Amino acid sequence: MNELIRRTAAELAAAIARGEVSAEEVTRAHLERIAAVDGTIHAFLHVDGDGALAAARAVDAKRAAGEPLGPLAGVPLALKDVFTTKGMPTTCGSRILQGWIPPYDATVVRKLRDADIVILGKTNMDEFAMGSSTENSAYGPTRNPWDTSRIPGGSSGGSAAAVAAFEAPLAIGTDTGGSIRQPAAVTGIVGTKPTYGGVSRYGLVAFSSSLDQAGPFARTVLDAALLHAAIAGHDPKDSTSIDAPVPDVVAAARHGDVRGMRIGVVKELDGEGYDPGVRRCFRDAVELLAALGADVGEVSCPHFDYALAAYYLIAPSECSSNLARFDAMRYGLRIGDDGTRSAEEVMALTRAAGFGAEVKRRIMIGTYALSSGYYDAYYGSAQKVRTLICRDFEAAFQRFDVLVSPTTPTTAFPLGERVDDPLKMYLADLDTIPTNLAGNAAMSVPIGRSPDDGLPVGLQIMAPAMADDRLYRVGSALEAAYRERHGRLLIDELATASAEEGR
Amino acid sequence: MPRLTRDDVAHLARLSRLALSDDELDHLAGQLDVIINAVARVSEVATPDVPPTSHPLPLTNVFRDDEVHPSLPVADVLAAAPAVEQQRFKVPRILEEE
Amino acid sequence: MTAQTVAGAPTAPLLDFDDAVAAYEPVFGLETHVELSTRSKMFCGCATTFGAEPNTQVCPVCLGLPGSLPVANRAAVEATIRIGLALHCTIAPWCRFARKNYFYPDMPKNFQISQYDEPLCTDGYLDVEVDDRVFRIGIERVHLEEDTGKSLHVGGATGRIHGADYSLVDYNRAGIPLVEIVTKPVTGTGRLAPAVARAYVTELREVMRALGVSDVRMEQGSLRCDVNLSLHPVGSTTWGTRSETKNVNSLRSVERAVRYEIQRQAAVLHAGGRVVQETRHFHEDSGVTTPGRSKEQAEDYRYFPEPDLVPLAPDAAWVEELRATLPELPLDRRRRLRDAWGVSATEMQAALNAGAVDLIEATVAAGAPPRDAYKWWMGELARRANESGRELAELPITPADVAALCELVASGRLTDKLARDVLDGVLAGEGTPHEVVAARGLEVVSDDAALQRAVDDAIAAHPDVAEKIRGGKVAAAGVLVGAVMKSTGGRADAAKVRDLILRTLGTNS
Repeated sequence: MNELIRRTAAELAAAIARGEVSAEEVTRAHLERIAAVDGTIHAFLHVDGDGALAAARAVDAKRAAGEPLGPLAGVPLALKDVFTTKGMPTTCGSRILQGWIPPYDATVVRKLRDADIVILGKTNMDEFAMGSSTENSAYGPTRNPWDTSRIPGGSSGGSAAAVAAFEAPLAIGTDTGGSIRQPAAVTGIVGTKPTYGGVSRYGLVAFSSSLDQAGPFARTVLDAALLHAAIAGHDPKDSTSIDAPVPDVVAAARHGDVRGMRIGVVKELDGEGYDPGVRRCFRDAVELLAALGADVGEVSCPHFDYALAAYYLIAPSECSSNLARFDAMRYGLRIGDDGTRSAEEVMALTRAAGFGAEVKRRIMIGTYALSSGYYDAYYGSAQKVRTLICRDFEAAFQRFDVLVSPTTPTTAFPLGERVDDPLKMYLADLDTIPTNLAGNAAMSVPIGRSPDDGLPVGLQIMAPAMADDRLYRVGSALEAAYRERHGRLLIDELATASAEEGR
Repeated sequence: MPRLTRDDVAHLARLSRLALSDDELDHLAGQLDVIINAVARVSEVATPDVPPTSHPLPLTNVFRDDEVHPSLPVADVLAAAPAVEQQRFKVPRILEEE
Repeated sequence: MTAQTVAGAPTAPLLDFDDAVAAYEPVFGLETHVELSTRSKMFCGCATTFGAEPNTQVCPVCLGLPGSLPVANRAAVEATIRIGLALHCTIAPWCRFARKNYFYPDMPKNFQISQYDEPLCTDGYLDVEVDDRVFRIGIERVHLEEDTGKSLHVGGATGRIHGADYSLVDYNRAGIPLVEIVTKPVTGTGRLAPAVARAYVTELREVMRALGVSDVRMEQGSLRCDVNLSLHPVGSTTWGTRSETKNVNSLRSVERAVRYEIQRQAAVLHAGGRVVQETRHFHEDSGVTTPGRSKEQAEDYRYFPEPDLVPLAPDAAWVEELRATLPELPLDRRRRLRDAWGVSATEMQAALNAGAVDLIEATVAAGAPPRDAYKWWMGELARRANESGRELAELPITPADVAALCELVASGRLTDKLARDVLDGVLAGEGTPHEVVAARGLEVVSDDAALQRAVDDAIAAHPDVAEKIRGGKVAAAGVLVGAVMKSTGGRADAAKVRDLILRTLGTNS
């Protein structure tokens, strides 16, 4: 294991800036790592080795010319395959987009390029971000680096696995109901869902427009903050983008301190259905926060119990409309066009062949929830639950600066376990969904390994909209305490194990 | 809550432009019914006095100025098209007029 | 009752129009789509130029590419509010765009961004005049949406959608802002229904022009109509089943489609049948409507609030700012001009239909007496425009030219006949009326000595006629007048010539 790949993004950027190592060497080390392990992990759908090396060399040239470099210049990154990339395939994990090369870059991609971050390639995901295990990819599942018989979480499982497997120090994911936080939790890394509107959605292929949000994955809280700062900010191309200064997440990450902070433990996000090991780790972490000087209390958010149901109406409704454009007319797959069939038939054949089972399920649920006669009972009611959940958050944030819960009720479950039991699969997002419905910010930070199975457990921190910095304050404090207690970060245990394996 | 029948599911498939096989319809009918019944509980708390939320942020009036920006080169527009003729997207015959 | 056969269309029996409106009362409604003339599209920065090469005015947004997002064009929203204000509507203080979901190849996202239960403008009216009667047409709603692409149907016999082998789609039009204006049901128009429908669309077009929000060129599709119509027996209070006729895309077609549907539905009812609720298509060539493909069930558009766009919330200050920009409404203006010009409502309506109101007004402003300005534009020039298949405004003559012409006639320097010759010159591009008069030497002969010589010559050339006149047959003077006119190339004032002849021959009549 090349030592370069174990370094944090902040360290790599500093070393590149100082000329201790070239961006090209850093990129090469990561490409080698991908070549070595990705056959097993399958985090990537597309590796752009030439493009990445060219981008790295451009950074080296910039440095040589004495031009100023950004705080993450030359650092490699894995990009979820749900963002459009000019000249690079974008499949969203779906067969229907196989081979599609977009003619434009997503705003997030443009910002990454502007920051001289090196895009290694596109990562695997549940088809159109619908799933919690990355098993819904048309291109095969991604495996959890902690235990390759288990899921890496989803839908951003490829991005999470790439970071956990040291294939990249940074990755971008998207989170509609927990798709950044849950994979981060089960792979032992940091993942943030920024405030809705904090990061542009332009070029993010929509699953559920009112819930989708892009965010960072990293192995440290500071790295996540640096990446968060690089991609956040107002974008006139996204009407739902917030036109206000980005909270100073980097400063917050550098000053992890929870003394005097009021931290609320959400009563409803615990109990039945939670692994004992997860509960144990969570309780320990809450005690740790108290020990660090936080003012910890319990808070009830009674409508959170309805969040999952509301989510599985709102997200499918929006997706049934968002995914209508995949119709074989302008791009992507076209099936059955034999010169006699109508456009209508070709659309239906293509969509049936091009979409996987989960996508079809959700399209049909959404179609049902929006149809006349059912709208009020389903979609309409779900939108009201959304109001109630927002009110629960508002009340809770009157009393507390942040709220905490386990990120997901269990550790990584075995591949295949929930594939044909949609309801059970949906439970993975139980804790993360309320934040998406309210448009707030949340983060998952690693807090240890479950005593049950030795797999990583994450703690979720939830903050009000545009108070993303609070996540980093708390996350950074927990991370520092963990490091102090164990002498290393959780993910370093995997690095050690991996290094031993490789010997 | 009414049960979702196989016919309902077939109708949804038509509305969603999904040409599903009989096996798929059978399989989905069972699953969708379970899911729909599980999510129907939203109506328990969705009382008439609660206003719906469609947008998580309280933003209004976001506009762009009426300015022309360059369009895509036509080659890029048509690059991914399954079929092209006369610089247009060639599509199978269209059944009905809207 | 006559059964009318139309090539390519199923035969529909029709009842005589007079019989139809004697027995049945029509109720109709109009849905009008107006393409706004913004520089850029509704939700992206692509240009809106008509007639551009296919697919050259598209981008990720209007092509509906995955990942793209809409951002609303402020000018389009403002135009819609101004339309709503001009139609006396209430402007919603808060409303949302909605997605209308249906699959169709010319719609890139397979949903149309539109407005559903929260239109921007509601509950207004537009007054229209027909035969000196004022009809107040209620406006149900005015909302903003995006246009679709355009399909070219290839193969098959007709080049129409039906029977085509495949289609070719151009998305240049996709995403152009479209305002939909829906009337309330219009009742009590009886036999005037076709004329009222036409007058409404005409008036609406005038309002759009006055606001400067649309080109309203029906032939380019920037104003398109759907006509809903039902009949019920005169005296009944229960309305009948309505048909919805699409594709009614000229003023004349609006009138014809209403008339046709009245006759068709009356025939159905008269024969004891029931009118089917259906969508029908109007055929410009034959003037008939034919049923669309029948659908198993009503389309379910699954409207829901567009999550990619934030709500519109026009505050009072903004609305008042826009209200202050409203021009004088066309009907008010025409009433004012009618009084000023001394023309009847019918004459004004004719001027409106001919597109002459602005031209006459400008001509009057350039100094012409209103009656003369009206006469030239609605007479000679309208005839020439009609002959050459052009709009009045397209003729190469300015209101200033027409005013100059009026002045030349009024001052006696041109006769009406000479003035028409001058008009020929102006329209042929020979310059202003004064330049044409000079170049062609068309001015009336005002030199009395020259005219006297011409009269003397004519008398000398026709001694027999002169003798008759001297003998009291004054009517014979016409021959000599004709001779003088001929010798002067028509440049003499005939009345004056006649006077001179009679005076010369000593028979002052």
